[in-house]
Amino acid sequence: MNERSEECPWFEQAVLDMLPELVGTARRLTRNREDAEDLVAEAITRAWVHRATLKEREHFTGWIIRILTNLFLSQRRSEGSHPHESLEVDEDFSLYERLHQPFLLWWSTPEQDFLDRLLREDLIRAIEVLPEPFRMVVLMADVEGQSYGEIAESLCVPIGTIRSRLARGRALLQRALWEHACDAGLRSESPERRPSSHG
Amino acid sequence: MDKLNVMTCEEALRSLAAYLDDELAGDERQNVQRHLDVCRSCYSRAEFERRLKFELRKLGKDDVPVGFEQRVRRLLQSFTPSADTVPKDH
Repeated sequence: MNERSEECPWFEQAVLDMLPELVGTARRLTRNREDAEDLVAEAITRAWVHRATLKEREHFTGWIIRILTNLFLSQRRSEGSHPHESLEVDEDFSLYERLHQPFLLWWSTPEQDFLDRLLREDLIRAIEVLPEPFRMVVLMADVEGQSYGEIAESLCVPIGTIRSRLARGRALLQRALWEHACDAGLRSESPERRPSSHG
Repeated sequence: MDKLNVMTCEEALRSLAAYLDDELAGDERQNVQRHLDVCRSCYSRAEFERRLKFELRKLGKDDVPVGFEQRVRRLLQSFTPSADTVPKDH
């Protein structure tokens, strides 16, 4: 008799369909290809063992991504990682305001041009250098698409903390993108281009 | 009484992240939406933030190396309905 019931082929196909998302998310979390592959394999195994907790098959994507992320967080905790978040961050930094210079608007849309030229590698680099507490919430909210409530539950912190970390993480991310654009010569931070309202 | 108000730009921008994250509901959400409907500057800012979020979302998907896909296929083949332990070889 075949031991593999009809749920095996379904689970296999669902995992294989999701593999690019699992690999991408794991690489962003671990910042390392080999660790990412081990994390994905472990998450798939855990998902299979706990498959009864998946109530609706249509929610498979969010469910297995959360398993993967929670597994990563659990591994980090067991390694004794205690990230600090006392870093001072200018939450008001806005990439849009840096780019949106009124005198430039006569002849272009600089913020759209910036996004058109933005490379995937630029974004990955900007996320990777974020301090850990901010990197995690930006990844979970913006890359994985988790809700504030889901992130708060995984990180065991109040939703207010998630809002705060997200605001600071996004500000740091936008500042990193701005500085990269200046370094790459895509933008000049000369005084005449510097907005007066935000520092 | 109509609870919907046209927000100031400052108020709308303070709620913009939660609005774009789909974390606002009811009147709060409608007030931001109403402001964006009438304020070109904030609408433009919202579109920029929305597109940046879209670009970030795409980072959650990478090409899968052939060797790793084979490893996953082997792992999946090792699962049986009675499996409730972590296989040793993955």
